[in-house]
Amino acid sequence: MDSILIQLLNGLDKGGAYALIALGLTLVFGTLGVVNFAHGALFLIGAFCAVTFQKILTISKKVLDPNITYFDAYIEQPYLELWFGETGLAVIDYAVPLSIIVTIPTMMLIGLTMERGLIRHFYKRTHAEQILVTFGLAIVLQEIIRHFFGANPIPTPAPDIVSGSAAIGTWIGLGENFVYPWWRLIYLASATVIISSVFAFLHLTTFGMVVRAGMFNRQMVAFLGINVQRKFTIIFGLAAVVAGVAGAMYAPILPPDYHMGMDFLVISFVIVVVGGMGSLRGAVAAGFLLGILQSLASMTVVSSLLPGIDQIIIYLVAVVILLTRPRGLMGRKGVMED
Amino acid sequence: MSDKQNITRRQLIQAGSAVAATPMFFTKNAWAAESFANDPGDSSTVTLGFNVPQTGAYADEGADELRAFKLAVKHLNGEGDGGLMNTMKPMSLTGNGILGKKVTYVTGDTQTKSDAARASAKRMIEKDGVIMFSGGSSSGVAIAVQGLAQELGVLFMAGLTHSNDTTGKDKRRYGFRHFFNAKMSGSALGPVLKEEMGTERKAYHLTADYTWGWTQEQSIQETTEGLGWSTTAKVRTPVGAGDFSQFITPVLNSGADTLILNHYGKDMINSLTQAVQFGLRDKQVNGKNFEIIVPLYSRLMAQGAGKNLEGILGTANWDWQLKDEGSLAFVKSFGSEYGFPPSMAAQTCYVQTLLYANACENAGTFYPPKVIKQLEGFKFDGMGNGPTEYRAEDHQCFKDVLVVRGKQNPSSSYDLLDIVKEVPRAEVEYDASIFGGELGPYTV
Repeated sequence: MDSILIQLLNGLDKGGAYALIALGLTLVFGTLGVVNFAHGALFLIGAFCAVTFQKILTISKKVLDPNITYFDAYIEQPYLELWFGETGLAVIDYAVPLSIIVTIPTMMLIGLTMERGLIRHFYKRTHAEQILVTFGLAIVLQEIIRHFFGANPIPTPAPDIVSGSAAIGTWIGLGENFVYPWWRLIYLASATVIISSVFAFLHLTTFGMVVRAGMFNRQMVAFLGINVQRKFTIIFGLAAVVAGVAGAMYAPILPPDYHMGMDFLVISFVIVVVGGMGSLRGAVAAGFLLGILQSLASMTVVSSLLPGIDQIIIYLVAVVILLTRPRGLMGRKGVMED
Repeated sequence: MSDKQNITRRQLIQAGSAVAATPMFFTKNAWAAESFANDPGDSSTVTLGFNVPQTGAYADEGADELRAFKLAVKHLNGEGDGGLMNTMKPMSLTGNGILGKKVTYVTGDTQTKSDAARASAKRMIEKDGVIMFSGGSSSGVAIAVQGLAQELGVLFMAGLTHSNDTTGKDKRRYGFRHFFNAKMSGSALGPVLKEEMGTERKAYHLTADYTWGWTQEQSIQETTEGLGWSTTAKVRTPVGAGDFSQFITPVLNSGADTLILNHYGKDMINSLTQAVQFGLRDKQVNGKNFEIIVPLYSRLMAQGAGKNLEGILGTANWDWQLKDEGSLAFVKSFGSEYGFPPSMAAQTCYVQTLLYANACENAGTFYPPKVIKQLEGFKFDGMGNGPTEYRAEDHQCFKDVLVVRGKQNPSSSYDLLDIVKEVPRAEVEYDASIFGGELGPYTV
């Protein structure tokens, strides 16, 4: 029972990341009709916003290391610690949560720049061309990150206070083996809040209403004299923010490295297709569903019967769904069905 | 008509040719044997190939290997402070290149992938004319390019490769490994594990699913079961998995009290970080503290894993904190050149380059079979690992092995490991026949 519950939590946690990325992808596809293969790179950039913020906070003064005598080597002491002592160290400790403040405007700017500078020129082009150019952009962004940050993962720890595990089993009477890292629980909660906020924005605001109408029938909205294009541009920025914040929050879970964007991109596209192209609810549902399936499939009792099933379960499900219901779980009738 | 046969002019010419060619019949093998791939002949330079991961999961290790190679070339050409040429014994190098020819080099990118590594090595051999190639941080890559070396008749001096198979079932006459292997790691770790963790533990293995992981797992399992431990589970994880949480959560309820991470590089950084996040370091199982073991360490990985590595045992081929004459000389030389101490990957690559050059000097030729014979059975010292021997039967170096532990409260980003024990070579040696395989011919 403990094992299943832990894997369920794992699945929800992982599914949260998938859902956030897929949500952004679907927003872009649903509004702009663009297949954006650079979306994983936005997740990557968000993670490296957290890394960069941490590096800025830990800018250090180099002091000669007295322990090494046969060549000059240096140890580093952060200026924040030198100037502010314990307070400075506390600020450094909270680098990742504080980085969200910087990540949001940064990602909005990057998203708007990407849309205005590149994506808008490909609205009327074929999906294949969109894929090519956005995939190329993703590789460029990836290599820029590698150039500046190197190839190794960069440890980006969560604040000390939440770096341990929550004794969930003890709370609910299931034994002390049922523990789960605090930061992952925070990530899951944050993902839920962000997804809810996006849906609330789209359903409870006039702006969101216009966007939803535009997703349904762009021409009609334009005929009503509404500059739907500007709104869609902002939505692209919003999608970039969602992906970026997802990346920044994920940094303590998986030390960021230059390739993490690509690692998530493939899966997130599968999720968008399974959920239904253009369906926001579908993207979120599919993200969590496939995250849970992947996690449950890695349980020893399952993998001993079907070795390696956890690596392919997502793709197997995608194949089955595409064969039986090409529009996806919650896609609009007629989409992808011709 | 006379019965006497007259010799025609044609017959005379044929007979004369046969007589003239006869001595060549006896010398033909000698002539062909001295002909070899990329013979530098009368050229004033000789080219070495450094095939390292410049991209991919081990790119940072590759960068350090390349620094070491460049330093070795510098020293071979008589520049710089000479590094290990001041301490290596016996040594025939003069600082005048190799056999009087200036050493140049070309580089390739293995991308930590076997196919890319082979293609890169092939290009270096066929287009750049390298006389020897070296480098790499993956056993899959090493085994792939070693095969190519044997096919094309160009020596491969392996970089960082830890799988038993490299000098085991996949050994080749044209491949040589200075770096230690998984079997040696297991043998070195055993006594330390017994002393620190006892003889009644239950081990759970998470293993990178490729040749190195398999042999590492097998060697460590042999060691731990030899101590009396039991093995609860052995789970294979895909290389580059990223998120290991789905593999770590089953450990929590498995009844195991020891997690053995047969991972390297990015995989180790991620799996260890996540194992700590799941509270494994703080658990008590079977009345004991839960322990994590990382059989193969590197300082670069330690930098990536940060605080999570504190107190965790493993093994290393070499460490910059060693105080022997060779280690001090190399650290000083590398540190002065680059401003930070070398990794064990850098040390092995530097040593391999000097060993090859020295073997050429001893052989008096670049002809591979003669160079190979100089390396086989070569005993040396002063290169940072104590007295070392290149065993002829499998082209594996035997030397002391380090058991290390992640340092508590490191004072700098380089001072991350404590050396727990320097295990003497005699305790890690094994019979070459246990892994099978054949070296193959000298001439190809």
